[in-house]
Amino acid sequence: MLRSITTAVSVLSMFALGAPALADDSKDPIKLTLHDWTGQLITTRLMGEALKAKGLNVEYVPADYLAQFAGLKTGDLHVAMEIWETTGREAMDEATETGQVENLGETGMQAIEEWWYPAYMKEKCPGLPNWEALKECAEQFSTAETKPKGRYLGGPVTWGGFDDERVEALGLPFEVVHAGTDAALFAELESAYQRKAPIIQWVYAPHWAPIKYEGEWIEFPKYEPACYTDPSWGINKEAAYDCGKPRGPIWKVSWSGVKDKWPSAYDGIKNFNISNDEMGALITKVDIDGKPVEEVVAEWMKDNEPKWKAWIGQ
Amino acid sequence: MTTAVAFDDRSHDFKASTLVAVWIGFAALAVASFALPESTVPAWMREVPPQWRLGLDTAISNFMKWLVNDATFGLFTFREATRSISDFLNVLLTAATAIFSTGILRGSGSTAVQLAPPLPWVAVVGIMAALGYRFGGIRLALLAGGAFLYLAVFGQWASAMTTLASIAIAVPLGVIGGILFGILGYRVPLARRIMEPVLDLMQTVPIFAYLIPILFLFGFGPVSALIATVIYAMPPMVRVTMTALESVPNEIVEYGTMSGTTRRQMLFKVMLPAARPQLLVGVNQVIMLSLNMVIIASMIGAGGLGYEVLTSLRRLDIGRGLEAGLAIVVLAIALDRLSQAYASRRLTVQGDGQRFAIALLAFTVIIYVLGLIFPAVAIYPASLKLSTAPWWGEAVKWINIHFFDTLDAIKSALLLNVLIPIKRFMVAQTWVLVTAALAFAGWRLGGARLSVLVAALALFIAFNGLWEKAMVSVYLVGISVIVASAIGIPLGILGGLSDRFWRVLEAVIDTLQTLPSFVYLIPVVMLFRVGDFTAMIAIVLYALAPAVRYTAHGIRNVQPTLIEAGTAAGCTPFQLLTKIRLPLATPIILLGINQTVMLALSMLVITALVGTRDLGQEVYIALTKADVGRGLVAGLCVAAIAIIADRLIQTAAKRLAAGQGGRTREP
Repeated sequence: MLRSITTAVSVLSMFALGAPALADDSKDPIKLTLHDWTGQLITTRLMGEALKAKGLNVEYVPADYLAQFAGLKTGDLHVAMEIWETTGREAMDEATETGQVENLGETGMQAIEEWWYPAYMKEKCPGLPNWEALKECAEQFSTAETKPKGRYLGGPVTWGGFDDERVEALGLPFEVVHAGTDAALFAELESAYQRKAPIIQWVYAPHWAPIKYEGEWIEFPKYEPACYTDPSWGINKEAAYDCGKPRGPIWKVSWSGVKDKWPSAYDGIKNFNISNDEMGALITKVDIDGKPVEEVVAEWMKDNEPKWKAWIGQ
Repeated sequence: MTTAVAFDDRSHDFKASTLVAVWIGFAALAVASFALPESTVPAWMREVPPQWRLGLDTAISNFMKWLVNDATFGLFTFREATRSISDFLNVLLTAATAIFSTGILRGSGSTAVQLAPPLPWVAVVGIMAALGYRFGGIRLALLAGGAFLYLAVFGQWASAMTTLASIAIAVPLGVIGGILFGILGYRVPLARRIMEPVLDLMQTVPIFAYLIPILFLFGFGPVSALIATVIYAMPPMVRVTMTALESVPNEIVEYGTMSGTTRRQMLFKVMLPAARPQLLVGVNQVIMLSLNMVIIASMIGAGGLGYEVLTSLRRLDIGRGLEAGLAIVVLAIALDRLSQAYASRRLTVQGDGQRFAIALLAFTVIIYVLGLIFPAVAIYPASLKLSTAPWWGEAVKWINIHFFDTLDAIKSALLLNVLIPIKRFMVAQTWVLVTAALAFAGWRLGGARLSVLVAALALFIAFNGLWEKAMVSVYLVGISVIVASAIGIPLGILGGLSDRFWRVLEAVIDTLQTLPSFVYLIPVVMLFRVGDFTAMIAIVLYALAPAVRYTAHGIRNVQPTLIEAGTAAGCTPFQLLTKIRLPLATPIILLGINQTVMLALSMLVITALVGTRDLGQEVYIALTKADVGRGLVAGLCVAAIAIIADRLIQTAAKRLAAGQGGRTREP
């Protein structure tokens, strides 16, 4: 009897400690958006679970990556944990310019985007990963429609990336074909990999693809800001984009009202930080080992208490 | 009839030889603009230069900004008005969600406390089976119960109930709203004239084009998804109501008048009940279209099965995606068959409805209480879940490894020899020539009004600077419609001749129409790579259904006396088909092709997801950049193409039917 009472008391006090009544924070749920890729689901749930531990009311809302800005501006949605420099910059800038959306800084993850090929292509084109090898073995990458040029599968046109310009500037005998969506892009990779067929395409990380499939990034001349703006920079003196792609941060953004409505959540989100490698390991557990996202997140929370407690100031 | 008479008059003063000469002239110019070097055709004919354009996109964007931020009715702003609508809908939706999915909650978010759990899965399966038994006997009971059992066994229960909750609100809203607008259109000719073009636009402008404004006005979340669903699913109900009321037999109306009904009684007690069988066709359409919206609804916060499909496919988990997609299909089929059976049954017997309702309620309460005691009754046990997901992934892999080269060879041959030349030809056509040809065709088919309409729509596209993209769209849709017709019409003929074959065929096309195209888009990409060919396959699969359905209907519904006459005259079955059935069914087959064109156009935005470069992609880019004006203008251009095709084909079909003296019944 006594034991059960002490247990009850200690449980209660744990709650009291874990969830100090925060006078300043609203009791309304703070809405975090979930998109359709694993890394983002993990990032968002890590943040959400940490905020819950702080005693905040959290709600996860499925929303489209780009359509969500409409909701973030009006305050129907509150936090988006992954806006990629590379694919979301334009929408994010448009939103922050209105003053209704706030950029809460980097997540700590760096988006890598580059031309990528599966490891078995190295046999057919031994000069890889050096980009100059692509000039000789373009035909290895060709299809009926592009012959004799190689076929490079780029991301959706909305992702930007300047691949058409890059091919031109570096004089690569390649034709750029744009996939319409992320899913289509990796469906082609999966298909080629199953057949050990030639492919070279846009891949990015953190993502399950470079973990699941063995392969390498092409090594282009290293990116510098001048390469994109100044034609005289680099190998081709007449054209810009004669280099690889920049690596960019992944940003956190929120509705601008979050600061006043949930001040401690605001600080917690600002402090959120995780590295590419940590995220890669978590993505592997979900997409390769087939564990549920919630379970993987709970495990990480258990093993990394000091880390997430630091985010929420405990 | 009037159009046909007018046409006959005209064809007397317009000699056949002149007509042929004009068309040859158009064809020659078309070939010339394709074959001649690009420099010979002035650039302004290919694409209207920026300084001539309408600038409609900026105007629309500014208007939207004003509407969302500044528009006011004095006491409250426009946005406050729309927000209160969504608050009201939110109450309904929360109630439905509480029953099916979340249970009754106090508070919201992670601190919410569940006061009462939702309906147990056993109860839902049981209710559906019982309803099926009552409306349609044991077969329907098995179908409805089995469909919901599938959802539980394949682990789709939670998502499916979220989807069901929103459908449970969207369908009644669409049906009631549709009937009300239909009555308005029937009663007030002016309202009808205003509504007709609005309905056309609601059905043809892609949803992606107006998603952003809806989100601003109604808030991001399930309610906006609900509103988008209703906008998309309601138009057929409005149209069906108008025609149904018009076609109520005069005898019934006269009988009503004789017994001294008021106008209201006449409408609600006489005409609507008499129109019931036709209204049901509309209800069926609302259910099907609402379930078509599940994927897009999930992108704006509705969650449910759509979200499940998207997430699975993003991971390339084809099997999971297919299972979730099939869950949408079984939901659609179960709801559709139940509603149809309900309606046809109510016409004949009323029966002991009260006793049935009490028994059903008692059953639900008992199961609910049992669910509180035994968790397995409330929530389907995870250990009993099945999944065929890995098998599907392996199946696609096997096909990929063994047949890719063959498929690739076929694809390359078609692409290089057929698709690409046609595309080049279409893109080379100038807006000047196409507008002239359309105006001429419109004039020949339907007279001056049709001519002006189609020409104006073509110019609308040109003067928004989207001509080339529109021509790519026309090429993609055109070739898909040809392929779909080439497959669908023969299948429809077989289905029209054999009832047994038709039952199989109907199940297949129902599935194709309700299965989210995303589910088969990804395997198709794996086998055919991204590009026009993949887009074409996706469009054909989706747009096949009406070609099959209308053809079968046309073949079957030729007046029996004509068939008898043919048999008496000693026709072989083949002669009966080719000399009697097919010619008489042609107007209806044409209407089927018309519907195929409409569905194909509605797939354009989806095909942008596999990398086409047309109006669909323009809409998609605008969505990703939150550019309201650009998206709506591109969406209106899709609608313009749809309306041009629709009016020309409809007029042609009417003329043909009039020429035959109406010897087939319309579906």
